[in-house]
Amino acid sequence: MSLRVEEMAVHFGGVAALADVSFEVEAGRITSMIGPNGAGKTTAFNVITGFLRPLRGRVLYEGDPLTGLKPFQIAERGIVRTFQKTNVFPQTAVLDNVMIGLHLRERAGLAAILLRRRRVREEEATLAALAEEILAFVGLAHRRREPAGALPFGEQRLLELAIALAARPRLLLLDEPASGMNPAEKTAVMGLIRRIREQGVTVFLVEHDMRLVMGISDRVIVLHLGRVIAQGAPGEVQSDPQVISAYLGGR
Amino acid sequence: MRRVGLGVLGALLLAAPFWVWNPYYVHILIMAGIFTILALSLNLLLGYTGQLSLGHAAFFGIGAYTSALLALRLDWPAWAGFVAAVLVAGLAGYGVGKVSLKLRGAYFVLVTISFAGVIYLVSVNWMELTNGPLGLPGVPPFEVAVAGLFELSFRSKPAFYYLVLGVAALAYLVCRRLVSSRIGRAFIALRENEALAESVGIDGTRYLVLAAVVSAAMAGAAGSLYAHYTRFVSPEVFLFTYTVTMVIMVVAGGKGTLAGPVVGAVLFTVLPEALREVTSWQWQMLLYGVLLILTVFFLPKGVVPALETWLRERRAIRP
Ligand SMILES: Nc1ncnc2c1ncn2[C@@H]1O[C@H](COP(=O)(O)OP(=O)(O)OP(=O)(O)O)[C@@H](O)[C@H]1O
Ligand SMILES: [Mg+2]
Repeated sequence: MSLRVEEMAVHFGGVAALADVSFEVEAGRITSMIGPNGAGKTTAFNVITGFLRPLRGRVLYEGDPLTGLKPFQIAERGIVRTFQKTNVFPQTAVLDNVMIGLHLRERAGLAAILLRRRRVREEEATLAALAEEILAFVGLAHRRREPAGALPFGEQRLLELAIALAARPRLLLLDEPASGMNPAEKTAVMGLIRRIREQGVTVFLVEHDMRLVMGISDRVIVLHLGRVIAQGAPGEVQSDPQVISAYLGGR
Repeated sequence: MRRVGLGVLGALLLAAPFWVWNPYYVHILIMAGIFTILALSLNLLLGYTGQLSLGHAAFFGIGAYTSALLALRLDWPAWAGFVAAVLVAGLAGYGVGKVSLKLRGAYFVLVTISFAGVIYLVSVNWMELTNGPLGLPGVPPFEVAVAGLFELSFRSKPAFYYLVLGVAALAYLVCRRLVSSRIGRAFIALRENEALAESVGIDGTRYLVLAAVVSAAMAGAAGSLYAHYTRFVSPEVFLFTYTVTMVIMVVAGGKGTLAGPVVGAVLFTVLPEALREVTSWQWQMLLYGVLLILTVFFLPKGVVPALETWLRERRAIRP
């Protein structure tokens, strides 16, 4: 067991976005969360990563509660997320975007930096090489010098993935990483996600494309109107009558 | 090419007291140096973290008063007063940052303005300590002496010029090392996309407070130099005009670049003086304003980024 959400409730101005939602994300697997627009998927991500305080309920990661921690503290515990809306550092070069993602791996303190100690320079060199490696992994090596904001949409989404990977997640939360991509790009992203899982990273995925979700997931959680209406293996969920009526009917 | 250019510039700056024969011009260079330190300091916050301090003169003034008071009341040597000014201003930056940078943005702007206002009132009203609006005359010149061993005086203008040049170069180096490190990347990340920065583990409040401390300490250094140079400190050092001047220098020079604040500071110290030479006071202010508007209008990102773009395009045309 890796991540556990217990009876989580979130209200926006009296309207329930999440109502007593409980589920688990198992370590080393790909778990997907699906559901129609407005089901509460992004809201759940925001609570898990500390961007939103829930009204009730709690989040446990490897047995420890995450409640009350700030986003950066949750990242320190190895939980890293991407955002549904494209999110890069637009004026910064692509390679530096990934370097920013490497923040938690760096140790250099203020004094060492001002004195430009040798180990600071060595650390910079090691991390630059690492950033290049991560960029190559997502297939953006050729863009390294360009400002991130100048990249086409699909490539910005890949860069977001690279930034998140740089933060060395043990649990990676991806909020519609393939939205807005063409079919070829989507297939490529799913391939990347599989490889990320193979490296031992637990993946928690939100995605609308049913075909992709069913093909890649070990487990699927279905959210509808702020409630979990089904969860299980892709096959089981797909044939669940409640899911069929809610998910397909809800469109 | 770039190296040669920098070498020539360095040599020109080092030799300045020899080819700038008019002492008044040396005075202008010294003021340009002090403002360079201030602009570099403000740029660290405004340019790199995106946080606007509209009370930056407070840190400058705190540095000036710390140096002056320690020298006049406790007979501290100037170098010790300088170190204390850096530390006290840095501490003030820590305090202001701690109370305002959790919320940041507009809140930081308001807190820095109020802080400068309060400090100004203290300097005017705490007669016993600060001598009120009359100020503190007779601040000793900057001298470094080790009893019987050696003595170094920065009493003369050319000597003080070298002192300011040295401190400005140091401030530049601090900025350069900082912004190309993990700390500088955290600053830039917070400026460009705070949520994303936090999601990869950057503690926003901590890094913004750090930027405020380093920035305030640098402004304190400039204040100390100013006190020992003019030999007089009054509540005027806290005036909003100083802050506005710094903002103009940073924005016109190019915020978020290393050379921008230096270019801005030199340009906007020398320019008013050059105008004073050729016209009357009223025309001087008018021309100054017009030039400022033209800069903002035609070079919205500042002089340095505009030059960089121009050079890049020229190189692209002629490979
Ligand atoms: N900041 C907010 N303020 C008010 N209401 C919000 C806010 N964020 C989300 N909501 C509402 O909460 C509900 C859940 O939204 P959420 O973004 O979590 O859905 P989602 O499942 O991610 O949908 P989508 O598939 O469209 O991304 C929606 O009704 C939405 O309008
Ligand atoms: Mg969503």
